[in-house]
Amino acid sequence: MQVPAPFEYERATSVDHAISLMERLGSTSRLIAGGHSLLPMMKLRLASFDYLIDINDLHDELGYIEAGPDELRIGALTRHRELLESATLTAAFPIFADAERVIADPIVRNRGTLGGSLCQADPSEDLSAVCTALGASCVIRGPGGAERVVSMEEFHVGPYETAVGDGEILVEVRLPVRPGCGSAYEKVERRAGDWAVVSAGAAVWLDGDVISDARVGLAAVGPNTTGIPEVSAALRGQTPSESLFEQAGAIAARSCDPATDQRGSADYKRHLADELTRRTLRRAVERARS
Amino acid sequence: MTTVHERVDTFHDNDQKPVGYGRMLRKEDPRFVRGRGRFVDDVRLPGLLHLAILRSPVAHARILSIDTSAAEASPGVKAVVTGAMLAEQGLAWMPTLSNDVQAVLATDKVRFQGQEVAFVVAEDPYAARDALELIDVEYDVLDPVVDARRALEPDAPVIRDDLEGKTDNHCFDWETGDEAATAAVFARADVVVSQDLVYPRVHPAPMETCGAVADFDAVEGKLRLWSTTQAPHAHRTLYALVAGIPEHKIQVISPDIGGGFGNKVPIYPGYVCAIVASIVTGKPVKWMEDRFENLISTGFARDYIMRGEIAATRDGRILAIRTNVLADHGAFNGTAAPVKYPAGFFGVFTGSYDIEAAYCKMTAVFTNKAPGGVAYACSFRITEAVYLVERIVDCLADELGMDPAELRLKNFIRPEQFPYTTKTGWVYDSGDYEPTMRLAMEMAGYADLRREQQEKRARGELMGIGIAFFTEAVGAGPRKNMDILGLGMADGCELRVHPTGKAVVRLSVQSQGQGHETTFAQIVAEEIGIPPDDIDVLHGDTDNTPFGLGTYGSRSTPVSGAAAALVARKVRDKARIIASGMLEVSVADLEWDKGSFRVKGDPGKSVTIQDIAMRAHGAGDLPEGVEGGLEAQICYNPSNLTYPHGAYICVVDIDPGTAQVKVRRFIAVDDCGTRINPMIIEGQVHGGLADGVGMALMEMIAFDEDGNCLGASLMDYLLPTALEVPDWETGFTVTPSPHHPIGAKGVGESATVGSPPAIVNAVVDALEPFGVRHADMPLTPSRVWDAMRGNARPPI
Ligand SMILES: Cc1cc2nc3c(=O)[nH]c(=O)nc-3n(C[C@H](O)[C@H](O)[C@H](O)COP(=O)(O)OP(=O)(O)OC[C@H]3O[C@@H](n4cnc5c(N)ncnc54)[C@H](O)[C@@H]3O)c2cc1C
Repeated sequence: MQVPAPFEYERATSVDHAISLMERLGSTSRLIAGGHSLLPMMKLRLASFDYLIDINDLHDELGYIEAGPDELRIGALTRHRELLESATLTAAFPIFADAERVIADPIVRNRGTLGGSLCQADPSEDLSAVCTALGASCVIRGPGGAERVVSMEEFHVGPYETAVGDGEILVEVRLPVRPGCGSAYEKVERRAGDWAVVSAGAAVWLDGDVISDARVGLAAVGPNTTGIPEVSAALRGQTPSESLFEQAGAIAARSCDPATDQRGSADYKRHLADELTRRTLRRAVERARS
Repeated sequence: MTTVHERVDTFHDNDQKPVGYGRMLRKEDPRFVRGRGRFVDDVRLPGLLHLAILRSPVAHARILSIDTSAAEASPGVKAVVTGAMLAEQGLAWMPTLSNDVQAVLATDKVRFQGQEVAFVVAEDPYAARDALELIDVEYDVLDPVVDARRALEPDAPVIRDDLEGKTDNHCFDWETGDEAATAAVFARADVVVSQDLVYPRVHPAPMETCGAVADFDAVEGKLRLWSTTQAPHAHRTLYALVAGIPEHKIQVISPDIGGGFGNKVPIYPGYVCAIVASIVTGKPVKWMEDRFENLISTGFARDYIMRGEIAATRDGRILAIRTNVLADHGAFNGTAAPVKYPAGFFGVFTGSYDIEAAYCKMTAVFTNKAPGGVAYACSFRITEAVYLVERIVDCLADELGMDPAELRLKNFIRPEQFPYTTKTGWVYDSGDYEPTMRLAMEMAGYADLRREQQEKRARGELMGIGIAFFTEAVGAGPRKNMDILGLGMADGCELRVHPTGKAVVRLSVQSQGQGHETTFAQIVAEEIGIPPDDIDVLHGDTDNTPFGLGTYGSRSTPVSGAAAALVARKVRDKARIIASGMLEVSVADLEWDKGSFRVKGDPGKSVTIQDIAMRAHGAGDLPEGVEGGLEAQICYNPSNLTYPHGAYICVVDIDPGTAQVKVRRFIAVDDCGTRINPMIIEGQVHGGLADGVGMALMEMIAFDEDGNCLGASLMDYLLPTALEVPDWETGFTVTPSPHHPIGAKGVGESATVGSPPAIVNAVVDALEPFGVRHADMPLTPSRVWDAMRGNARPPI
């Protein structure tokens, strides 16, 4: 039996309650959402905390997917399964359903949350790559209810480190809605339910037959999810073509920084960054056109 | 031998079941599907204490000091025990199944990451775990030996300095076959192909980890031990020898077991710790390891570094096979195999082919890795042997430009050659290989597959077809040459028929999921005509079952299955005498009609086995000299092993862009002789094939250069899921074993043995356009991509 070290536990009744508990208990406390990243670390005793503040009762407040004219807003406690099954989300950004189908397994997806995924900031985590591709921004609430909004680029500050500070909580992810969008996600894994060897998400915005904007996010090829501005620059204003995708793939491969591990060699991962960038761009363009 | 095709009857309703062999639902399943199984961890006794083990964080280090004072003061802790304390009782070391010794708790050094260093006994499992963190061990870290290929270098650190006079890491040498004769054949052969192969270290990873509940009653002087063991009787004897408790005062109970695959054959330090803890505290003590502990410290499998060489004529006649093996046995030689077989049954590496000469030389070494050696559904190293021969036969086919199916068909041992003595001295009991191979090819549509492959290759698509044909040697074994620590490998069996005609059969073998409660009831039912539902199968309790060596190496049906059939015949012989009295005719005038004796020529006159049972226990007269009761006991000593065979064909597709392998189809034709319950056989085959997909494509217990285990969780040690396996296509032929009373051969490990080479052969075949002749397992996308770029590398 794997058991965590002893800890105390309290269920938050509101976001502000959770914040006040964190303020009071300080850095030895942790929020627990789905628990699918936090609990395994605690059970292996790689991490231990004096207090866990459970936010699962806040689903009313923090679990939603709302489409507005300019942006789509997702509450931080929205579960993988809800992301997978949301028709609204799939219609706007099919990249989510692509990714969710290959994240973990149904048991993990029933509990794991968008907020937990982003805040865990695991370099191989998939939803960060999705959010990076879509140019998402994150809404962080702190003591006294003060909110700040940061871009995905600012959100990740290192492996397992985010912009969420002491006493703060991620409440919402905002995805800008612009016309002509197509998006797609691809992951290579050694086995269903495994973390990515490499995965890639791409979003393109077409104006007629010209790419008005494009973004690529890669997971598992560096200390953090990798957004590649150079790819965006190379694609903007161009007409989609195989050679353009190839060019983007080559940029992706040289812009990332993978390490050799049990999942694969650095060379192979670099190759995948190229291959998957091409594949996802191709599919994103197809989707934008249809 | 004849090959017959059996009628496939499906009895979804057990009321329609046959009295004897046939497809019936498993008798044990209602209990399992309702969550009513009783596993070791379900054992709860009054006053139960819990034990947790502190393990070494490093692979090789001298222990300088251990401070247990903080742990002892921790709430709920009852005892903290170190190796030094065990040494005072002479219990710090225990024998392994291979006549080596293994530390129960380390005294001088730790020799692998995860080795047992101390244990805590506490009121609950949480308190025990928490106290582990308070034990302070000071280590002087030593250089580890991680790569077996460097273990014998003169400057390699000596791991086993506990052994008197030991100055290197040499474990044993072993050879088989005729070196000179083989060299002579190689010298004159037209074609010689040689290939280096690695069968990486893998782990059985049963769903239920290992554990025990020890309950020593100081008043009775009796030890009751519930433990996850595949061999309860052998364990009882060993505990008696090690712990000095008289054998009649030890009861080993192996309740429902959640998978074994060889992992539960050895005695682990944890079991001994639980026993010691119960003696020390006077309370029952439970030890249940967690997944991490199971993966890093218990019996691994494989870990053979092999060079295979094959000699043939230009037209594809295989002449000789030669191999050189470096075996990594970890820190202690914990191999579970008959003592005269340190390399298990690896000697069957000559496969299913009629050849002129063979030779194998093996060197085994110690490394700073977990001990073990034979585990994981391998039929005592036949997995490695079959992989070797089936891989090099494919290399030869490649060299000759010959179809691999044709090459195999050309070289099979022919049916009239059986019993066939191989060049390494194994006597194959029976076999008819060509029909099995042809059936697999027919089911696969082999010619069409090759055509499809041609077309795909022209389009740049990667499709591969892989074949493996195996012969196993299972059912250990004849007591004249097979024993484990002096215990002969014969099995007892006892059958009692109650007055109302219901029966109980007591076995020494123990099921870990193989369906013994059904198969053995069916074997007895077939012989004695009592419906299987009326026969209870009792196993896994040494106080209530006859002696025998347990379940592993596919030995249950070949050995205990024979015992069950013979004990039933013994009971039937007695029933015949009683029937002759009841029908007032001579024994010779009776004929048996599965369930009743009839008077020949007068079918109206008959008595059922149930009538006879009542008479045997009743007040009526019995024939002169016949005792009352209807029961018998025997001990079956097999005269030979049984040799099941099979033909497997695998079809894979590889994504040229990502190098991911998809197993599209898998055709498995098995010949395990007489088939008792085809549904259970298929279950064994399905599970073994999934195992094979795991080993071929993803499983490996890897280590970093410091000897840290990189496969210590199921996130790191990947097991295949339903999504990685295709719908299995199974078929069968039947070539009965001539010496087994019902002609049955083992099948528990066939698919695990046969599937990895089929899958690897398929992947290599798919990569032919890249000039790939070999790539080692596990064939992860990254490693396949390396192979496509001409960089195929061994995994270690
Ligand atoms: C077997 C398995 C396989 C997996 N495979 C994948 C995979 O393939 N791809 C993938 O992307 N993920 C995978 N995961 C991770 C899974 O997606 C997790 O659910 C997710 O990473 C974390 O979400 P959670 O809600 O469970 O977070 P938790 O475990 O509850 O929390 C994770 C961290 O985030 C913090 N946190 C949570 N919510 C907030 C918030 N609102 N504000 C601030 N901090 C917060 C917590 O304090 C904690 O530090 C896998 C997990 C498992 C167990």
